[in-house]
Parts: sequence; C-alpha cells; structure tokens
Amino acid sequence: MESTATKPQFSEAAKAEIARICKQYPEERRKSAMLPVLHIAQAEFGGWVSPEVQDLVAEVLGVKPIEVYEVSSFYTMFNLKPVGKHVLEICRTGPCMLRGSDELTQHLERITGAKVGGPASEDGLFTLKEVECLAACGFAPVVQVREKYYEQLDTQESVDAMLSELRNQVHRPALPWEETGLPNAVANN
Amino acid sequence: MGRKLLTEHINVEGIDTLEVYRKHGGYRSVEKAIKTMTPDEVVEEVKKSGLRGRGGAGFPTGMKWSFLAKPDGVPRYLVCNADESEPGTFKDRQLMSKLPHLLIEGMITSSYALGANTSYIYIRGELLYVLRILEKAIAEAYAAGFLGKNILGSGYDLDLHVHPGGGAYICGEETALLESLEGKRGNPRNKPPFPAVQGLYARPTVVNNVESIAAVPVIVNEGGDEYAKIGVGRSTGTKLISACGHLNKPGIYEIELGLPVEEFIYSDEYCGGIWKGRDLKAVVAGGSSVPILPKELILKTAAGENRLMTYESLSDGGFVTGTMLGSGGFIAMDETTCIVRNTWNFSRFYHHESCGQCSPCREGTGWMEKVLHRLEHGHGHMEDIDLLVSVAKQIEGNTICPLGEAAAWPVAAAVRHFRHEFEWHVTHAKEAAQPGAVYRAGAVLA
Repeated sequence: MESTATKPQFSEAAKAEIARICKQYPEERRKSAMLPVLHIAQAEFGGWVSPEVQDLVAEVLGVKPIEVYEVSSFYTMFNLKPVGKHVLEICRTGPCMLRGSDELTQHLERITGAKVGGPASEDGLFTLKEVECLAACGFAPVVQVREKYYEQLDTQESVDAMLSELRNQVHRPALPWEETGLPNAVANN
Repeated sequence: MGRKLLTEHINVEGIDTLEVYRKHGGYRSVEKAIKTMTPDEVVEEVKKSGLRGRGGAGFPTGMKWSFLAKPDGVPRYLVCNADESEPGTFKDRQLMSKLPHLLIEGMITSSYALGANTSYIYIRGELLYVLRILEKAIAEAYAAGFLGKNILGSGYDLDLHVHPGGGAYICGEETALLESLEGKRGNPRNKPPFPAVQGLYARPTVVNNVESIAAVPVIVNEGGDEYAKIGVGRSTGTKLISACGHLNKPGIYEIELGLPVEEFIYSDEYCGGIWKGRDLKAVVAGGSSVPILPKELILKTAAGENRLMTYESLSDGGFVTGTMLGSGGFIAMDETTCIVRNTWNFSRFYHHESCGQCSPCREGTGWMEKVLHRLEHGHGHMEDIDLLVSVAKQIEGNTICPLGEAAAWPVAAAVRHFRHEFEWHVTHAKEAAQPGAVYRAGAVLA
C-alpha cells in the first residue's frame, strides 16, 4: 500500500468534470475518457503527469496503470518530467521554419536561459519544448502555452509581449469548470 | 469573386452564437432534412453533389456514406476528424473556432442521414481552446432543441460530444483516430475490416473531415445538383485553402474549385504574390505529404496548360510532373529557400510522427532524416542522393497506413525536381552547411 499522504487527489471541480466527460462514452467504454482525463490531470498537477498521477488516472478510469503509461508515453502533449511554470511549445515544422521559427527558438533560449528539451530556466519560469505543426501555419511562427496560441512571433515586440504576459501570470488561466485557475507549479529540476 | 458556401458569414460579429448564426440561415438544413427528407434522401443529395473528402484523400463522401453497414439493433457512429495536423493545413481550426455552429449543424444533418444517435468530434489536443468553443456552442444547440432527445419533435435522438487528442499526427488516419478515441495509443488498424463495418467500439462508423461535414448543410439546403454546378468536372464545390509560407497574404481562402493556381498566388483577391518582392521557387500544394513542384510546374502542366486548383489538374502528369490537391495546405517557398533543408525538416516531422508499428516506416523515416541531416550539414556523399530515393521506394506500399507514403513522397519529389541542389550540397559541402546558405544557379546567397 502506498501512503495516503503523498497520494495525489483531484479537486472536487475536476472530479465533477471527469464525471461529466465519462458520461460521453458507453458505460463499459470508460477507458475512452483516457485522453481528456490526462489533460485534466496535467492541468491539475503542475503541468506534468508523474507516475503517481498516472496511477490516479488509472484508478479513476478503472484500468490498469500500464494502460495509462502506454498512452501518456505515446502522445507528445503529456509531460513526463517536471516542467517550469510555463511550457513554451515552439512549432518547428516547415511552414513555421520558413517564417523564422529557428531564429525564434534561438532568441527564446537566449532570453529565458532555458534550452530546448532541457530543464526549466533557473528562475523556474520557462520550459522550452519544440513541437511539430500546430495547425497555425498562416500565422507563423507560433508558440503554444497551455491552451493559448501566440502567433506571428516574428518581431522582438511580439515575443516580449508574450513573455511579459506570462511573467505576470500568478495563476494559470481558469478552465471552464474552475472558479479560478490553480497556482502555477514551481519547477522542480 | 468566387462563391463562399462555408465562410460567407465568417466575419459577422457574434456568428459563434446560435442566435446570430440562426439569423444568417443557420440550422435550416437540420429542419429541412429531419422534417421533409428521409435519411436516404439526404445521402442521395450528398452523392449528387460530388463532394469529395476534404481531409486529403478526396474520396467521394456520399459513396463513403453508402458503404456504412446497417445491421438491425446495432448502434452506428459518425466521427468527425478534426485532428488537423498536416503541415501547411490550418483551415479546420479557423472554421471551427469562428463558425462552431456550422460544424455542429453539419454533424446533426449528417448523423440523421447515417442513422447515428451518438456522434463525436475528435479534435487534436493542441486545440483545447477550440474544444471549449465547440462545447459552448453544443450546449446552445441542446438548449434550442437541435440536439438531445426527439429533435424538433421528430422522434430522432442525437448526442454530440467533442473528444480531444493528445498530440499525435498519426491520429488523423481514421483507424488510429478510432483507437485514440477508445483511449489507446494511436496505432492504425489493419484493414479490412473497414470502419464502415467495424469502426468505433467495433460498430459501423463513418469518419469525415470537418470541412466535408461543414459542406453538408449547403448541399441539403440548395440540393446536390446545385452544388455540383460549381467547380470543374469531378472537382465540385468550393474548397478551403490554407495558404502559408512566403506569401504576402497568408491565410484561409475559400475558392471555387477550378481557380487557376497562378491567380490564387498572385491576385490581390487571394495571396497577393510572393513576399519581399522575391520570386517563387517551389510550392507544396496540398499539405507536406504531397510532391513539391518547382514554379514552372505548379503554374503550368508539363503540356503547357494552366494548372487549376482541382483534384485532376494538380495531379496531371502523375508524380513525374504533377502533385495533389490533398488537404489544401498550400506552402509557397521563395527563391531563398533551401530545398534540402526543407526536405530534412519534413523528414524529421514524419520520423517523429511515425507510430513505430511497421518497420519500413519506423526505420525508413529515421534513415531519411539522418541522410538528409548529413547532406544539409555538409557531411553528405553523392551516393546518399540515390540512397534517399531507394529508402523512400522501400517504405512506399509496405505499411499499414499511408504515413509511409506521406513520408516517402516529399523526399522522392524533392530529389526528382531539385537533384542539382542535393548534388551542390555534396560538391560545396562547406558552403552549403553555412546557416542560410542556398543553392541558386551556382551562387551562395546568405
């Protein structure tokens, strides 16, 4: 038995949202809620899904933990390691590259001090992650932070505006089932 | 000025609310279909319209619908493929976020035609903000009686849900999408059985792209024959083109199929020409997986005819001198673009996105990425160029799903049309490896 002291628990608001989502699928197909519940888990527990959090997801869905691990490791949106307060997902695919995503990545590495694929910046604010096409090619280059797209980041001003908006966020934006957003997690490198 | 069948009202303020959408004729197709037509009559109109799948494959939608198995007492499903991930393509995101009710209306009318009582919109996980928009609009549709039990007093019931993915290009392949919707890894299934017989939860299922579903309301309202009058030959109706890359005015354009490519690129009504006064070098016309064409071949066919934005005209010449309309992801590259670097970038994408199930794709995409990386970075050999073509050939046709072809075609086409650039990367390895270096008639441009 694991100790209950360290065991993560969903908030009441998240539990209600999970219950709503599970009703969208046939009773015996509760596993279908895997991806939506993993998204909720990542938002609830500081932007990543630890093995303990994944076990909780398995428990909620009534599946074996391995069924969650094999899914969380397949889909790129789920962070399996601790991250900074803000994960900057920089699109690196062709159309963004044509409009300067390589330069944007270098610029963000310089400004934040974080490296793509590496740990969060020393102040714990930013994790940089390169991702594939975000379906915003006409507004390239593009960065996604949680549910928000920052587009046409081809000027110093547009990048500065994004970073200052993020620096000023104490809590992450509230999700539809929440009254307020949760405090942003502090990176634990 | 072409007709706008889907996007006429896209910039109307408040069009994302049911009230404003209704004022502009929204949900008429639901009323017409449910009150005055049988499901088969709706299918018949879609067949007559000639509508072809707008996700990329171009398979006739009405025919796909008619393949749906309908055993008694077995539920069947309509699943909308909103996993838009093909590089260069961003039309569905725009359509759903600005006109959520158009997709919902299309889902209701189409579900009625197919006899589905539960339908899903599978949207890529990165678009969670669009999922929120859709869920809000769906709640409005329930409140107005367009969803739920006994829709418009007809006795027909429908529940509609939105399901997010988790970041995987492969889930745009319809059987991988269904696996994902069942809460599993997105590994494509062996076919047969096809989804029309055994799809979601092993039940008969139709999977259609967002834009295909969004075309159903206008087809039902105006009739399939009217819809088919727009366009050229077997390319009927309008198509959303996502224009990106080195264009003056990138963005989404709804065009009547048959528009000349040259007009699309250069006219001020559309893309307004190439940025910074530069010359066009090449175009990837239908999303990253279709063959790249040099300027001369995208504007005119090998026979010298004007190339049109139609399924047939773009594929004229096969893969020797033609390409495909695909998803309508139109990527323009100016004269300063390095084709080797761009091809390497796309190969890295496909390697990253291969699900790993079939060895030719899992290994082959990795090989192509590595070989292209060394060519781009000045460590390539002359025989690498033929090696690329050979690996691409060995992937093609040897995988469960079309990701293999999607990875192989761009590489084969880049070598076919731009072999001199690959050779230059070997003969001028040092120069070619400089950042921003580009082959142009033997000169290095920074």
